[in-house]
Amino acid sequence: MGERSTFLLNGEEVVREGDPMARLLDVLREQRRLTGTKEGCGEGECGSCTVLLDGEVVCSCLVPIVQVDGREVRTVEGLAGDEAHAALSSLLVREGGVQCGACTPGVVVTLRALLERDPRPTRARVREALAGNLCRCTGYEGILRAVAALVGRKERP
Amino acid sequence: MADLPDPPQSAATRVVGARPVRPDGAAKADGSAAYVDDLAIEGLWHGATLRSERPRARFAVDTSALAGSGVVCLTAADVPGRNRIALIADDWPVLADGETNHVGEALALVAAPSRAAAFAALGELRVTYEDLPAEVDLDAALAGSARELAACAVDHGDVEAGLSAAAHVVEATYETAHQEHAYIEPQGMIALPGPDSAVEVVGSLQCPYYVHHALVSLLGCEPDAVRVRQAVTGGGFGGKEDYPDLIAAHAVLLAARAGRPVKLVYDRREDMLATTRRHPSRVRHRTGVDAEGKLVAVDIDVLLDGGAYTTLSPVVLSRAVLHAAGPYACPNVRIRGRVLATHTATNGAFRGFGAPQTQFAAERQMDRVARVLGLDPLAIRERNAYRPGDVTPTGQVLDESASALQCLAEAERRTGFRARWQALEAERSRALDDGRPRAGIGLSLCWHGVGFTGNGERRMESPVAVRLERGGRLAVLAASTDIGQGTETVLAQIAAEAAGVPFEAVEVAPPDTALVPDSGPTVASRTVMVVGGILERAAGELARRVREGAPGLPFAAAGDAWLAEHGPLEVVERYADDGTEFDEETYRGVAYAVHGWGADVVEASVDPDTLIARTERATLVCDVGKVIHPLLCAGQVEGGSLQAFGWGHLEAARVTGGRLEQGSFSTYTIPTTLDAPAMETVLLEHPGGSGPRGAKGVGEIPMDGGAPALAAAIENAVGIAATRIPATPEVLFEAREAGDDDG
Repeated sequence: MGERSTFLLNGEEVVREGDPMARLLDVLREQRRLTGTKEGCGEGECGSCTVLLDGEVVCSCLVPIVQVDGREVRTVEGLAGDEAHAALSSLLVREGGVQCGACTPGVVVTLRALLERDPRPTRARVREALAGNLCRCTGYEGILRAVAALVGRKERP
Repeated sequence: MADLPDPPQSAATRVVGARPVRPDGAAKADGSAAYVDDLAIEGLWHGATLRSERPRARFAVDTSALAGSGVVCLTAADVPGRNRIALIADDWPVLADGETNHVGEALALVAAPSRAAAFAALGELRVTYEDLPAEVDLDAALAGSARELAACAVDHGDVEAGLSAAAHVVEATYETAHQEHAYIEPQGMIALPGPDSAVEVVGSLQCPYYVHHALVSLLGCEPDAVRVRQAVTGGGFGGKEDYPDLIAAHAVLLAARAGRPVKLVYDRREDMLATTRRHPSRVRHRTGVDAEGKLVAVDIDVLLDGGAYTTLSPVVLSRAVLHAAGPYACPNVRIRGRVLATHTATNGAFRGFGAPQTQFAAERQMDRVARVLGLDPLAIRERNAYRPGDVTPTGQVLDESASALQCLAEAERRTGFRARWQALEAERSRALDDGRPRAGIGLSLCWHGVGFTGNGERRMESPVAVRLERGGRLAVLAASTDIGQGTETVLAQIAAEAAGVPFEAVEVAPPDTALVPDSGPTVASRTVMVVGGILERAAGELARRVREGAPGLPFAAAGDAWLAEHGPLEVVERYADDGTEFDEETYRGVAYAVHGWGADVVEASVDPDTLIARTERATLVCDVGKVIHPLLCAGQVEGGSLQAFGWGHLEAARVTGGRLEQGSFSTYTIPTTLDAPAMETVLLEHPGGSGPRGAKGVGEIPMDGGAPALAAAIENAVGIAATRIPATPEVLFEAREAGDDDG
């Protein structure tokens, strides 16, 4: 016997019964098979499990499913279908922002939330927004180059 | 953040030097790339590992609570044959047998239908310990049994005579700490039992044939009965070189007993506690110089903490010792190296493989010597850096690609290092006690031998194959893994260039022991130079045969004509002996086929009150011989350098009483975007060796220079010469209190 939670997942209503303290990360990965959300540390430090909860960036490893009731969750899979993703993804790859890829879905989700709010973030703002997404491969240079290129392109008419 | 460097100018190429888009990128960005923990496998059970809580103890595991539960439980008694992982030495148990030698060592394994059930089962196991005296660090090992896991020595000239003739003799000891790889994807493996006791494993790994070798040896089976596949792998840095052998062994034993697939995926804490780390080091230098600052004699003692078992320590030590004198010519050199065992988790392969430790010491020692002589850091390096034709301590004559001076000149040209260093030195002596951050600038010069040390490549004679497919397409068959660096992309570029076909016409086969030959492990910066060099010949030979068979036809048509007429075409080439020799007893001869070279300039700011240091800017000059893919190459330099800066001042891994105090990313802090400096990467091309178009490899050299350049910048800023890294505020404070400064 568990509690029932109802939430919007990537635009689709999901009803889930079970342990109310189950981690959102596990519900996504194991029950919904949405494995783009990764577990890197399980304690909210690395940002690999980043998802949007009502548009806010959260670490899904720290969110018990009970907190999601009545709210909207978007994962990398839910963000990946549109043109904004195509532009960001393409630049991340072309500018060297993707190496091993374990941090990449989390980086994508964080950047989408940032760009939604601030389509032309300053360099400092980008660094601050990404401070919760650890990357061990790129030295962050490629990721920052990608955002600069994206923002630069928007600056042109 | 700087723009990517322009593609450097050298011999004209079409595909090599271009920036084709890495084929795995889009799937990584949309979350569809399948890492080992993402694979959906029917009937999969989950494994978990019971770990030692004591650094050294006799122990017994009581498994009776699990009797009849249906849970699979294994101890050392269940390991078939010899309870050892086959690597260099025969001392690493699959499961500890009655005696444990480090905290985190695997004592028993369980498997159950769910991860939760597996962890619940672990909680049912009862362990009793009888503690034994433990030696948990180098001091304890030196005071105790001082058990050597490896030793080696280099002798060149007459060191005592050189030291007694020197104008100055400068002595100091340097220390570096453990470093955690901190790949973002923790280690993991799935074993799938097949018919007739065959087994397949798929996992996060760097070296499929290492795992294959370990499993064949463990199971005592025919090589064909074991198949090893790499899943998409979320970073390695050496951490997935040796340790996956053990996880694969555990998964295979559990799967065999359970009669179904079993997955073992570590969580972060477990990964940090149990898997390998970088060897801590203690390096003592005695350096003799003449009045002009030319080196006349160096005497170096290298001591590494190997942890509990041998694993790769002899090879790490060898590279540490061979790089210990730094990229500097000296007529009289004595280097002694030892790895001592301690009762801590085994230290293993980590990007740079011992060379970053000894070059941290060598570089800081050069700065110390320069101060004694009143020289600036650039001047002493220019005076002593290797030139082509110089002779290394093993007697190796350096080739024309020895570009230390060019690296230094480029670093100076880009940064104006000398003038700024001098200005900041003067400023420090005038600095007011106003609490404002102090700026500092530091320089390092490093070299890195590419490929296996000594006779390693000759012994392996690695094969690489290229197969002709329909429509003029080529398949590259090599065991090299992509762990993020972009192997798949650069191997395709090398083959395309050599065969004269478009990049898109080349497919790189997945690293799967059922499909590809053993072209050696993905380590030692060898993928581009060694594997790529063999591949270049194989692809060139295949194209030559196809074109000769149908002169004048386009390649695709000529290829199809060949297949129609002769059947399948696969060209296999092997590592070609270059005729050099290295004596592994005397350490005389050609230690490395060729070297990469690099100069780093780091600009830091240091709070004079808290002693918190920030890396603000880094200029990274790196001679890679030939750039295959400018973006991926720069990515190695950028990522490796940040890892080096983290090691230099942030990544404190304290082992107290045999226990790692930092078992998480909250306590073991790797650099974030807010810690990363703006980086300018400058790639130089001084081709050498047997690599494609003279490419020399880039994977590890970025790890060498970052920490000493950062420590030098801190010294320039606040006058504290840290002899120990990470140079955390605590370490800097202690160094200042000890009076080891001139500020």
